[in-house]
Amino acid sequence: MSKPQDKPQFVYVTYIATTPEQLWDALTSEAFTQQYWGGRRIQSDWRVGSPVEPVEDDGDSDWEGEVLESDPPHRLSYTFQSPGSNAAHPTRVVFDLQPIGSTVKLTLTHDDLDTKGFMAISQGWSASLSSLKSLLERKPLVLAA
Amino acid sequence: MDAVFKALADPSRRKLLDQLYTHNGQTLSELCKHLDMSRQAVTKHLALLEAANLVVTIWRGREKLHYLNPAPIHEIYDRWLSKYERHQLEALSNLKKGLEAITKEEPNE
Repeated sequence: MSKPQDKPQFVYVTYIATTPEQLWDALTSEAFTQQYWGGRRIQSDWRVGSPVEPVEDDGDSDWEGEVLESDPPHRLSYTFQSPGSNAAHPTRVVFDLQPIGSTVKLTLTHDDLDTKGFMAISQGWSASLSSLKSLLERKPLVLAA
Repeated sequence: MDAVFKALADPSRRKLLDQLYTHNGQTLSELCKHLDMSRQAVTKHLALLEAANLVVTIWRGREKLHYLNPAPIHEIYDRWLSKYERHQLEALSNLKKGLEAITKEEPNE
């Protein structure tokens, strides 16, 4: 867990009509991470302590991070250097998945994210969250909320 | 979506969201400082905003922190804006912002 003095910068919550397993797979997919992290696909085996490598379109991997928590399909947390973050305080994100009825409550918590630096290269988090939602909810097996 | 519109249809609640937009992650006491409302009224408004998922809370030690959650607003945006008109609307919005910056004033809604 986070150090008690840490105050997250952003907390986002969205409800997605899907299963925790499908959501977990989507969150760890290159398709989602590429959108979420401003064009960088994240490569990792998603095990605790494993490296997290954000790979750019041209194949360059400019930073590295680490998987902090991996409890599929409940909780995933990892760090990596983002533009503007310094080595001592890498960007950290926590994804919490909580099934509620026929939906999953997804809570994202961001620490040490340099918003200006990040947003400068990113299309913004909410666009990718929203496309994740529509991607998962488009599946014919899932009833619309 | 009804809950979102209902929550937004009140100037005090929009002001609370403005507060969180400026400084995310505030406690109830911090929020009360900037508002001309009783603590009780702020609590009530926050509960409505939370029910609409526009505000989310987390605990940090004994402090309950409130965060603006723009996800439901983005869903509204997605519902009525086609992706092809976003550039044009952004250009319009920047035009408006640029011109109105000359007579900068508080949002009056």
